[in-house]
Amino acid sequence: MRTSLPCFAAAAVLAGTVSVLAGSAARQTPPPGQPPPPQPQQPREVFVPIVGDIGAPPRLAVTEFVALPNDAGGSGVADKETQAIAQTMTEVLWEDLRFEREFYLIPRDVVRTVPAPRAIDDVRFDRWREIGADGVLIGTVRKTANGLLVQVRMAAVRSKESAFGKEYSGTAANPRLYAHTAADEIHMQQRRLRGVARTKLTFASDRDGERIPGPIEARTIKEIYLADYDGANQRRVTVTRGLNNFPVWSSDGRAIAYTSWRQGYPNIFLSFIYTTAPPATPAGGSVRAHNWLAVWSPDGTRLVFTSNRDGNPELYVVNADGSNLRRMTNHSAADTTPTWSPTGTQIAFVSDRSGSPQVYVMDADGTGLRRITFESYADRPTWSPAPFNEIAYSSRTGPGHDIKVYEVATQRVKQLTFGEGTNESPSFAPNGRHLAFTTTRWGRVQVAVMGRDGNDVRQITKIGNNYAPNWSH
Amino acid sequence: MHTRQFAPTSLVVLTVLMAAWLGACAKPQPPVARPTPSPPGTAGPAQPTRPPAPPEPVAEPVPVPPEPLPAEGDLSGRNLDELNRDSPLQPVFFGYDSSEVDATGRAALDVNAQALRRYSTWVITIEGHCDERGTAEYNLALGERRALSARNYLVSVGGPADRLRIVSYGKEFPFDPAHTEEAWAKNRRAHFVITAK
Repeated sequence: MRTSLPCFAAAAVLAGTVSVLAGSAARQTPPPGQPPPPQPQQPREVFVPIVGDIGAPPRLAVTEFVALPNDAGGSGVADKETQAIAQTMTEVLWEDLRFEREFYLIPRDVVRTVPAPRAIDDVRFDRWREIGADGVLIGTVRKTANGLLVQVRMAAVRSKESAFGKEYSGTAANPRLYAHTAADEIHMQQRRLRGVARTKLTFASDRDGERIPGPIEARTIKEIYLADYDGANQRRVTVTRGLNNFPVWSSDGRAIAYTSWRQGYPNIFLSFIYTTAPPATPAGGSVRAHNWLAVWSPDGTRLVFTSNRDGNPELYVVNADGSNLRRMTNHSAADTTPTWSPTGTQIAFVSDRSGSPQVYVMDADGTGLRRITFESYADRPTWSPAPFNEIAYSSRTGPGHDIKVYEVATQRVKQLTFGEGTNESPSFAPNGRHLAFTTTRWGRVQVAVMGRDGNDVRQITKIGNNYAPNWSH
Repeated sequence: MHTRQFAPTSLVVLTVLMAAWLGACAKPQPPVARPTPSPPGTAGPAQPTRPPAPPEPVAEPVPVPPEPLPAEGDLSGRNLDELNRDSPLQPVFFGYDSSEVDATGRAALDVNAQALRRYSTWVITIEGHCDERGTAEYNLALGERRALSARNYLVSVGGPADRLRIVSYGKEFPFDPAHTEEAWAKNRRAHFVITAK
């Protein structure tokens, strides 16, 4: 828990001192140690889009970050650490931009045929034009007394205009965060797209190999972990030496709700991961009232979960503070594994009232029930955020399961994975363009992410078995 | 009209079970879970002195001489770990995607009911477990239903409802981690743990 504090602090610092670069940016930088000059409320900024040929994504040359020496004269050479940070930022920004597929990234070996920029305004437009770039991205990083000073600039090659320019300063604790921030801001400014570069994943893992000793058989524990969306900075959140699973992010990213068996029965715990506050148990819970598989309402105020408190698994809704408990379903079959629609007006869940687990949708007041899957076995529905209106789920397609997506408007089903191992527990990225899921295609159970069309599968975890990923908002 | 006669039925069942164990090969492997043999002198279940019995319990129970449960002193001196390692409580196994207690399961539960009658202070947690083929999420509901099925049957034959708790572990704690039919059969179970004595 303590290790996550610097990261959070870095984010705060970073957010505090972003300035917009206009023209020759470096000269506007305040001297280290002095507060930045007040920024106008609305920086005067002419939107210069990087455009490609008609029907083609813009072609972007991403150059390597320039490591600047930290002496004011600029005559020296940057130290090894700064060079390593520059290299990290280059790779992270490249991957972040590639992830959303909004730009065509000109291959690195082609980019390297143009002499590398040595400063933020060192743009050889003629040479970039020769290799067919629509835009060129240049970054610099310099160590300061307090941490890092990072500049990122994007220029339109044809018009030779500056399309994007930002300066960031903050701690050196997590250099990746600067590149993630720049990527998100580039996507928002250039493509009106909410990027996910600063989002996180939470999941359960048995990587520690700890076991609960028992008289019958040793039982492998699972603890809750979190990681950046690209798998970097993986950290353990819980230390219960027991079974914990099915973590879900709160809407503000400060708490994770999950199911833990630490009391001898499943119950929902709410861990405030950036504080030392003890976890809360909003669903109550007792030897005779077990609670599991919580999911947040879109507005972050309530949880919907499964409980056996009335005799068999039914769905309940409770406020995050434990008040206003309401029962949502009433059927002798099991009703479980809920997910809220993005507007909060409907809930999809799994029931085996037909004889096998299938996905149903009801209005948030419990009325209007309808069945939406007709699979041999369907589980873990997860409703996409807007603008898409889809419900992803895992379907038994053979010996294992595959991820499918139900399009609510058309009632069409498309399949995203095709029998490579078993594929389960889908969770949408907050922009709806990607899904995290678990797969056994590489041997053990691992968390992976893919595009909403099923392409670009990336492995996120590699150690131990990893389960039930959930993407932050 | 068949009235369930608790004691004689369970005796037959006990005998049948013993025999099934001796006959070893015909039935699915008994649970993995017994690394430690019974201490010498303990009247454990696997005394090789019983005649073989029919493989399935029959409808009409034939009274037989009672199989003595271990004397009170044999078990009361043990701690919970020792009791659970060599437990007199039998697991119940289930079919694929099923939570139905079959005849073999009922026989095991009849044995358990008898033990619980004998050890009237034991508190039991019935764990519901699943094989790895279902999804982790739904298996929590399936494990719940398996534990509940076992509990409901136990209560129906006079088991002590107030001392029978349940918990579902879904597919989280397999007894046999292999990816085989044999392992899956072992992992679809209601498992009995003595949690207080």
